[in-house]
Amino acid sequence: MTTVRILVGTQKGGFVLTADGDRTDWTVAGPHFGGWEIYHMIGSPADPDRVYASQSTGWFGQVLQRSDDGGRTWRPVDHDFAYDGGTGTHQWYDGTPHPWAFARVWHLEPSLTDPDTVLAGVEDAALFKSTDGAASWTELPGLRTQRSGPSWQPGAGGLAVHTILVDPTDPNRIHVAISAAGVFRSDDGGDSWHATNRGLHSQGIPDPDAEVGHCVHRIARHPSRPDVLFMQKHWDVMRSDDAGEQWHEISGDLPSDFGFPIAIHAHEPDTVYVVPITSDSEHYPPDGRLRVYRSRTGGSEWEPLTRGLPQRHCYVNVLREAMSVDDLDPCGIYFGTTGGQVYGSRDGGETWNAIVRDLPRVMSVEVQSLP
Amino acid sequence: MIRVVLPHHLRTLAGTGREVELQVEGPATQRRVLDALEAAYPELRGTIRDPTTERRRDFIRFFACSEDLSHEPPDAPLPEPVSAGREPLHVVGAMAGG
Repeated sequence: MTTVRILVGTQKGGFVLTADGDRTDWTVAGPHFGGWEIYHMIGSPADPDRVYASQSTGWFGQVLQRSDDGGRTWRPVDHDFAYDGGTGTHQWYDGTPHPWAFARVWHLEPSLTDPDTVLAGVEDAALFKSTDGAASWTELPGLRTQRSGPSWQPGAGGLAVHTILVDPTDPNRIHVAISAAGVFRSDDGGDSWHATNRGLHSQGIPDPDAEVGHCVHRIARHPSRPDVLFMQKHWDVMRSDDAGEQWHEISGDLPSDFGFPIAIHAHEPDTVYVVPITSDSEHYPPDGRLRVYRSRTGGSEWEPLTRGLPQRHCYVNVLREAMSVDDLDPCGIYFGTTGGQVYGSRDGGETWNAIVRDLPRVMSVEVQSLP
Repeated sequence: MIRVVLPHHLRTLAGTGREVELQVEGPATQRRVLDALEAAYPELRGTIRDPTTERRRDFIRFFACSEDLSHEPPDAPLPEPVSAGREPLHVVGAMAGG
């Protein structure tokens, strides 16, 4: 019997939601690490019982946890993220040089084939790797020392590597997204990197078409088409058909092209989901109506999905890490809100139900489909 | 034997009770006590002080014998009642935030 497990990171702890393949009757376990911010909690594709969680507070800094039984029990693992060598500077908000300083782990990306291998995207922007199940971490310094690094500037939430995509057909090809620097690609396993932001256009930066400096909120790809990338940028929804060499806008008829997450249907690589947000200064849905928008044409033509979602007085946000899909048929879509709701659809987005309504602010949602 | 009282979150993280006892070689100082604490509970490394610079984290304070020792040099001797094990060193998460 198939089981679906949703790993939910919130501002005050982690939760594990479980249901059978029918996805109607959910069990809620947690909070794990109550009182701590869980930026990200994710399972290994190679061993679904292996789960990693990034745990932090402003008081005690960064901790990392590992579970070997699907999130029932946990143990702290190494959380010493020491930059490799001299750190140099990036730009601070006021444009002055600012020394690189580790703040927290935003994103964990377990290997597709080895549960002990995992990448970590951190603030200030850098990439770390563990090959021993998070018993130790080593920086892949080529990203931080990329020639444009001194010009990178933090977004409002910090200068963070928040998205890591490893090509399922070539583990040496990795894309990362950094707020507010943009997308970078490595073709050699993370040793060297180049910016892949051509086609992005960002009003409000000195050169709207600059090589770096774009506030990319999230990128996503379908495993069957590694070179096709979808992006939710600060403003604009974008697509690349050549692994990021060139991007073009697919915002089309969205009511707003500002937003944070973007997700792709498990079985339809041209079916894409976003959650439009009113504006960069009004982080809530347009008109107080929570709507997921779906494109079934790879972008540009979008339809609102509203059944079961609040259509009045709704002023929550959906953060970049807080939307995910299962791989059942029909595909399940899940997202968490800053109001503590986790919504799920078990029919590709046609209808939605609140799985749980009153969690703390949801920061991440990851889904595991277990045989 | 040095007694150290930990805040809630660090007790949970280390899987200990409210107070831990540590053997410290030589005169007790903040640095030596924290070295012993981190050796006994490696998961606490980095949660009280930076693992590289050993600088106290901004929202951590040290109290003992009704004194705020947070700004004392890390190699300054701790008060005699702490060294003698009669009084604990309190590691405190500062009141901040919500």
